[in-house]
Amino acid sequence: MSELRNIIVPLITVFGVIIIAMSMAAGLIWLERRLLALWQDRYGPNRVGPFGLLQVLADLIKIISKEDWVPPFADAAVFVVAPAAMFIPVLLTFAVISYTPGIAVTDLNIGLLFFLAMSSLTVYGVVLAGWASDSKYSLLGGMRAAAQMLSYEVFMSLSLMGVVMLAGSFDLRQIVEAQRGLWYVVPQFPGMLIFLTAGVAETRRLPFDLPEAEGELVAGFHAEYSGMKFALFFIEEYLGITLVSVLISVLFFGGWLGPLLPPLAWLAIKTMFFISLFILLRATFPRPRYDQLMSFGWKVMLPLALTNLVVTGGIILAAR
Amino acid sequence: MISLLKGMWQVFLHTFRRRVTIQYPEHVDYLPPRWRGRIILSRDPDGEERCVACYLCAAACPVDCISLQATEDAHGRRYPASFRINFSRCIFCGYCEEACPTDAIQLTPDFEMCEYDRQNLVYEKEDLLISGPGKYHDYNFYRVAGISIGGKDKGEAERESPPIDPLGLLP
Repeated sequence: MSELRNIIVPLITVFGVIIIAMSMAAGLIWLERRLLALWQDRYGPNRVGPFGLLQVLADLIKIISKEDWVPPFADAAVFVVAPAAMFIPVLLTFAVISYTPGIAVTDLNIGLLFFLAMSSLTVYGVVLAGWASDSKYSLLGGMRAAAQMLSYEVFMSLSLMGVVMLAGSFDLRQIVEAQRGLWYVVPQFPGMLIFLTAGVAETRRLPFDLPEAEGELVAGFHAEYSGMKFALFFIEEYLGITLVSVLISVLFFGGWLGPLLPPLAWLAIKTMFFISLFILLRATFPRPRYDQLMSFGWKVMLPLALTNLVVTGGIILAAR
Repeated sequence: MISLLKGMWQVFLHTFRRRVTIQYPEHVDYLPPRWRGRIILSRDPDGEERCVACYLCAAACPVDCISLQATEDAHGRRYPASFRINFSRCIFCGYCEEACPTDAIQLTPDFEMCEYDRQNLVYEKEDLLISGPGKYHDYNFYRVAGISIGGKDKGEAERESPPIDPLGLLP
C-alpha cells in the first residue's frame, strides 16, 4: 500500500506541476494582453468567453491548425530540435522549486545551482534556432541572445549568492525556511533588484527583448518558425516569466510564508504580483540600444552584484 | 532610477482611467452626415434620377472604380443606362461627390458593407439608387439649369431670364 503511495503521490505532483505550469503559460498570454490593454486604456481580448478567457483556447486551436513549415534552406534537424532544446530546461527547473513545505517534485540540495545551470542551457535553444533558420535576421537575433543571456547570467548567479550565504544552503526549501524571521528582500534588496533585471534579460522580455526586437529584426531568432514550433518559443517565454516570478517570491519574498492564507495561496499571490510587474515593465519602458544593454550589464550590474556579494559576506563574517 | 519608477507609476495609474475603446457592435458611435461611407445615387424631389451621366465622377475617381453608360430618354434627359461601382476598389475619397455637377452621387454615413464574396462588392445601379434626395432636399438640376428638355424649354427654369436672340439688333 505504501509502495503504491510512493509511486502515485510523486506522479500526481509531477503532472500537477506540469499541467499548472503549462496552463499558467497559456493563461499568461491572455493576462498579458488584457493588462497591456488596461494600461493603454484599451480592452484587449474580451469577446471569446467570459472576459475573453477562451481567447487562449481559440489561439491554441488556431496555432495547432497552422501549417508546420520548415524552410527549404534551413538545417531541418536542428531547426526542429531548437524549440524543444529551449523549452525543456525551463520546464525542468520547475522540478526543483518547493511550492509549499510538502509539495515539490524533488528536494534537490543544489536546487538553485540546478536553476542556474538550466537557464544557461536555454541559450543553446536560441542560438541553434537562430543558426538553423539560415536567415540573416534569425542569425542576428541568435547572436544577440547568446551575448545578452551569457552576460546577464554572470551577475544573475552572483546576485543570488548573497541569499545563499545568508541561508547557508542551495536548497530552495531551506532558503524559504530561513526567511521565517525576515524576508531576504530587506537584507538583500540590491540583490533582488539585480536578480529582477537579470531575470527580465534572461527571459528576453521587454525592455531587454533585443534578440527578437520586432522593429529591427522582424522576430529575431524565431522569424522563420511557424505553427506549434513557434508556439513552443512563446510558451517557453511565458514559462520563463512564471519561473523567474516564482523564484523571486521564493528567494526574496519568503515563498509560501504568510499569515492566514494557505501556503500555496501565498506563493500564488506573490508570483502573480511579479508576473504583473513584468508586464508593467513591458508597458512602460522602451527598448535600449544593444551597446547600452551590454554596457549596462557589464559596467553597472556586474560591479553592483560584486559589491553586494562582498558587503554581504563582510557583514556575515563580522557578525559571526 | 527614480524617473524609471515614476514612469512605471504613471503607467500603473492608467489602471483607473476610462478606456477609450468603443465596443463597436454593441455601441455604434455617432457618424456625422458628411461621413464618407457607402456611395449612393440620389433622386431629385420629383422622384427622377439626378444623375445626368456626365462621366465626371468616373473621371475624378483615382482608383477607377466607377463605370457607367450614358443614354437619353424620350424627353431628352440624359441618364445612366448602367452605373457600376466596385467597392472592393473604392477608397471612399469622396472625389466623385465633389465632381458631381448635379449632387447625384453622394457618400453616406454607412460603412457596414462586408461581404464573404468579393464579387458581391460590385454594386449595380439598382443597388446604388435610393428613393430620396439624400443630403440636398430641394435641389433639382433640370429646374435650375438652362438646358431644354421635353416639357421645359430654354428660359423657363427658376430665376432664369428668357433667352436672348444673338442675331437681334436691339440693345
